[in-house]
Amino acid sequence: MTTQPLSSTAGPPCDISNMSYAGPVVAFDNVYKIYGKGESEVRALDGVTLQINAGDFVAVMGPSGSGKSTCMNILGCLDVPTSGRHLFKGVNVSDLDRDQRALLRRHFLGFVFQGFNLLARTTALENLELPLIYRRIDKKTRREMAMEALRVVGLTGREHHTPSELSGGQQQRVAIARAIVTQPSLLLADEPTGNLDSARSHEIMELLTKFNREQGLTVVLVTHEEDIAAFAHRRIEFRDGKILRQTDTRKPR
Amino acid sequence: MFANTLLMCLREIRRNLLRSGLTVLGIIIGVAAVIVIVTLGAGTTKQVQEEIGKMGSNMLVLSPGGERRMGGAATTSAPFELADLTAIRREVNTLSGATPVNMRPMQVIVGNENRRVNIMGTDNDFSTVRNWKVTEGRLFMPSEMKSGKAVCIIGETIKKDMFAGQTPLGATLRIGKVTCNVIGVLEPKGQAMFGGDQDEIIAVPIAMFQRRLSGKTSVDSIYISANSEDEIVEAKAEVEKLMKERRNIGEDGQVDFNVRDMKEVSNMVQSTTGVLTGFLSAIAAVSLLVGGIGIMNIMLVSVTERTREIGIRMAIGATEREVLLQFLVEAAMLSAFGGLAGITLGLLGAAGLAPVLNVPFTLQFSTVFTAFAFSAMVGVVFGYMPARRAARLDPIEALRHE
Repeated sequence: MTTQPLSSTAGPPCDISNMSYAGPVVAFDNVYKIYGKGESEVRALDGVTLQINAGDFVAVMGPSGSGKSTCMNILGCLDVPTSGRHLFKGVNVSDLDRDQRALLRRHFLGFVFQGFNLLARTTALENLELPLIYRRIDKKTRREMAMEALRVVGLTGREHHTPSELSGGQQQRVAIARAIVTQPSLLLADEPTGNLDSARSHEIMELLTKFNREQGLTVVLVTHEEDIAAFAHRRIEFRDGKILRQTDTRKPR
Repeated sequence: MFANTLLMCLREIRRNLLRSGLTVLGIIIGVAAVIVIVTLGAGTTKQVQEEIGKMGSNMLVLSPGGERRMGGAATTSAPFELADLTAIRREVNTLSGATPVNMRPMQVIVGNENRRVNIMGTDNDFSTVRNWKVTEGRLFMPSEMKSGKAVCIIGETIKKDMFAGQTPLGATLRIGKVTCNVIGVLEPKGQAMFGGDQDEIIAVPIAMFQRRLSGKTSVDSIYISANSEDEIVEAKAEVEKLMKERRNIGEDGQVDFNVRDMKEVSNMVQSTTGVLTGFLSAIAAVSLLVGGIGIMNIMLVSVTERTREIGIRMAIGATEREVLLQFLVEAAMLSAFGGLAGITLGLLGAAGLAPVLNVPFTLQFSTVFTAFAFSAMVGVVFGYMPARRAARLDPIEALRHE
């Protein structure tokens, strides 16, 4: 597939929105991320090759400094590899400039963070509308989509609450609603349950599992916790910038 | 998208209302100062022009002294004589009138009223030359002119203040030691160019002035009116030529008199006002500059405070340009609000100051518009650096920011 650079600042990049693309959502081909030079050189990613397919539910694990955060940054097109290829739906992300990567995130990626990262003093509804505003979706449709997403995460009635008026679990649900309201091709969750108690954590994971199962949402999540990783179908463990092992954890249901 | 950006910025400004207000204080003060200065300056200019219109724009003033500026030091050059006036009337035919004007402030007493008034020794031509009618009574009679009889024509203010508004015709007043019959009242002229009251004046026959008040036979200045405004240059040249002959000044001789037309006077006043307005505006512009720096400072703080928000926006898919625009619009909006507040304040200030300074209040839309555009521009210029800093943030770093 030819990889024409994204050009339009408004519409979705046409070559990526090609519906006929059937390959993996993401492919890392011998990806290196190296910080510093010479003696102080740090290999955050040291020759990583992996593949994430549509409908996957992947847990990325590993101790701090193992390279999993770097891996997530590159997956999220917030960063580019030093060498090697990062293909998103067949497009080499390294060929894209900053704005093109922003457009790629806008149209194809959803983010959920450990710290929720909602806009403070901004209502749940407005938080959800934000990605839709950047997508130039008109006000009426935007409102409908945001309300629907809030309903799906079970927060109907809370649309005018600001983050400070919501509990941690509720804030994370708003964050998930914000990530899925644009129907992304890939949802990246960086320790989404890190700030929550175990009951709340399980609720959040059930929500993600639901989206994965019912809508075929591709999910990659970073976690330290075994029980959280157990929700995923596949586990990728990092150690010293390398993939230690990949395990299929799909349980027969 | 732009509407959304505007809404977003409005919300952000409202969120920090106090801080936003303090931030734009510099802009408010700067714009208000500019508006007050320019409005009052324009009022003064307008007033001067009206004044000159009233005096007659085809008037020339012949006065002794060389290339003397208005308000400059008086020179010791020879004064004029009544013979000069006669010569001008006879020789120059582009004139509609010429009149001697000797001015001197003197003590005037009417009953218990006692005040210093400008006494003008002149003849009947002053009415034509200065376009100044007598509303009550009459002008001087030839016999009164010749004999220097103690009669006078008083200004409106004298009538109002010293005769309590009653008709003064037939009454007497004392100028110094001379008792004078009032024979007429002049029409009101209002404020003079430099704030004095033109109606606080008493006109007496020039002969009476010379013999009984000053004791000299000189004529201080001669007011001349040309037939029309078009002939003013010609008239001026003729008067100059004649006076040079009469004073025996050769081609390269030192000219010890000057003939000024009202346009020169008007230009002089306008350039003085212009310099002053410009100078004060420059000070006000410094205030705008300081205001702009204030905005830049607060926007920088805002960018630092909202680093995380910027990171979120970038992760969600905001491009550099969109982040830049957001902060730029916010800064521009902030200073435009400041501009609007400054304009309101400035216009109120000017309207309040105008009567105190005896200047007409003139609303100039061009000034208001320029001030507004300039204040918005200050926001864009000084908001650019912080906005660019925001746009250039690394989303990974920004998201990690606490």
